[in-house]
Amino acid sequence: MERVPTEHVPVPPLAGLRPANTGNPPIGPLVKPPAPVLAPQIIGARGLAKTYPNGQAVFAGVDLDIRADQRVALIGSNGAGKSTLLKCLIGLLPSTHGEITTLGERFLAAPNAAQLTRLRRQIGFVFQNHGLVGRQSVLTNVIQGKLGLPGSWRAWHHALARQEWREEAMAVLAEVRLADKASARADQLSGGQAQRVAIARALIRRPRLLIADEPAASLDPAVGRDIMRIFSELARDHGITLVYTTHDMQHALDYSDRIVALKDGKVHFDRPTTRVSLRDMDGVFHG
Amino acid sequence: MASTTSPTLPRALPPSRLPSISPLSFTVLVVVGALFLVSMGQVAPSPEKLANGLPRMAELVGRMLPPNTDPGFLQRMGWRILETLQIALVGTVFGVVISLPMGWLAARGISPLGAFRHFPRALISLFRTVPDLVWALLFVSTLGLGAVAGTMTIVVDTIGFCGRFFAEAMEEADKKPQEALHAIGANRVTVLCGAILPDVMPTLINSSLFALEKAVRASVVLGLVGAGGIGQELKVAFDLFQYRNASAIILAIFIIVLAMEFLTDRLRAKFQ
Repeated sequence: MERVPTEHVPVPPLAGLRPANTGNPPIGPLVKPPAPVLAPQIIGARGLAKTYPNGQAVFAGVDLDIRADQRVALIGSNGAGKSTLLKCLIGLLPSTHGEITTLGERFLAAPNAAQLTRLRRQIGFVFQNHGLVGRQSVLTNVIQGKLGLPGSWRAWHHALARQEWREEAMAVLAEVRLADKASARADQLSGGQAQRVAIARALIRRPRLLIADEPAASLDPAVGRDIMRIFSELARDHGITLVYTTHDMQHALDYSDRIVALKDGKVHFDRPTTRVSLRDMDGVFHG
Repeated sequence: MASTTSPTLPRALPPSRLPSISPLSFTVLVVVGALFLVSMGQVAPSPEKLANGLPRMAELVGRMLPPNTDPGFLQRMGWRILETLQIALVGTVFGVVISLPMGWLAARGISPLGAFRHFPRALISLFRTVPDLVWALLFVSTLGLGAVAGTMTIVVDTIGFCGRFFAEAMEEADKKPQEALHAIGANRVTVLCGAILPDVMPTLINSSLFALEKAVRASVVLGLVGAGGIGQELKVAFDLFQYRNASAIILAIFIIVLAMEFLTDRLRAKFQ
């Protein structure tokens, strides 16, 4: 596996990258009109490949460029490598080939320990199985979202956590409409409620990037749509880049700005959602 | 009319009524059976021996009755019972507290020691496999006669018992919350406190209550080797042929153990 030195590429703050609207009239014909400014890059991958130790190739030659504030659906049939790609992009799994720049951290294969720490501090995760601690209260589960951040060693239980974190947890619980369940045990919640708590746990980190792996796969269709809507709206309202995997075509079409389809270990298509038809989607799963 | 016969399926036979046994299993079974029969001939009580022993047993029981209720003796016994309970309680609490990190260090897939987790595991096995009376003899030899040796014995015995159960419980804890916390960069200690311990808490409480029950029973007999408690009084009673004292002590032990089982059963039901 090739190795090059890894480096930290500073990313400018979100607010400073938008074309400033000063309200002044154009200065004159000699002044060049401002070039369209791209939102900052959140994830960039070049020639990414992943092969398991047993020789099984998952994907190869993947190029991706995900910009701030985008809501990206990563679709593909079971075993297409969606989750693996997601984990490689955020450094939780080493890739076999290619270069990744995520949240300004450039690395080959896998980030070093310092990069991984910096990455984790800016990312919120939501898993298919929600990963809540069943015997802990909802409030404790949400506050545990602060773990891994500086000074967070007390965040493993709400009774020990800082007061401002307790208040912040109540605020995010209110956003997912579960403030009244703060004292309930997590294992007494329905599947949809548990997933909303998982979203709150991710949001309390104030992430720049929210990663969700099949967030609605284990829920019934109505609850699944509700979860996807909450996800999508909160990500948009908080200015968080959302990348999620799904094998539900409707979820991808309804709750994303852009769809990246994986098929046979390659990017089958990568387009704005408005330019993706149901036929295109069908081609990913059946073509 | 065209015939629509389906292809003939091979005739399936039902499985054998008796499970098949390999030659090796059969040989092992025969050897174990023979060993049991030989052992029974050498160490099991013969009917004649039992018949001869019964009148002696009846005579002993007769000499034990009625149990001694002398206030002076009862007061001395009361203090010894209190000491027995103190040995059990202090020894169990120390043992459980030490077992938590020991269990964590020994647990497969969780221990921060990696392959070196076999060292705490081996230590726990050593504590468990050496009988408590042997530990008591060792502590009496090193710390002297009395309750301190008894407490140390219970500590070691509890680590041997709880350390293993705690490690196994932690290994079986739900992995998903642990993975979720590891993914966001939580360290091992916070994952232990935040995800593993809450998940296995009922098992930890159950094991600790069993350990307390076991410790009360063990601390009763530790006195036989000089490690304090009511057992010491029982040994003196038998050594001096004070059978009425002995029967009162045995009755007291019975009541203590019964009360402890009742209490721990109630607590276990509460923490389920």
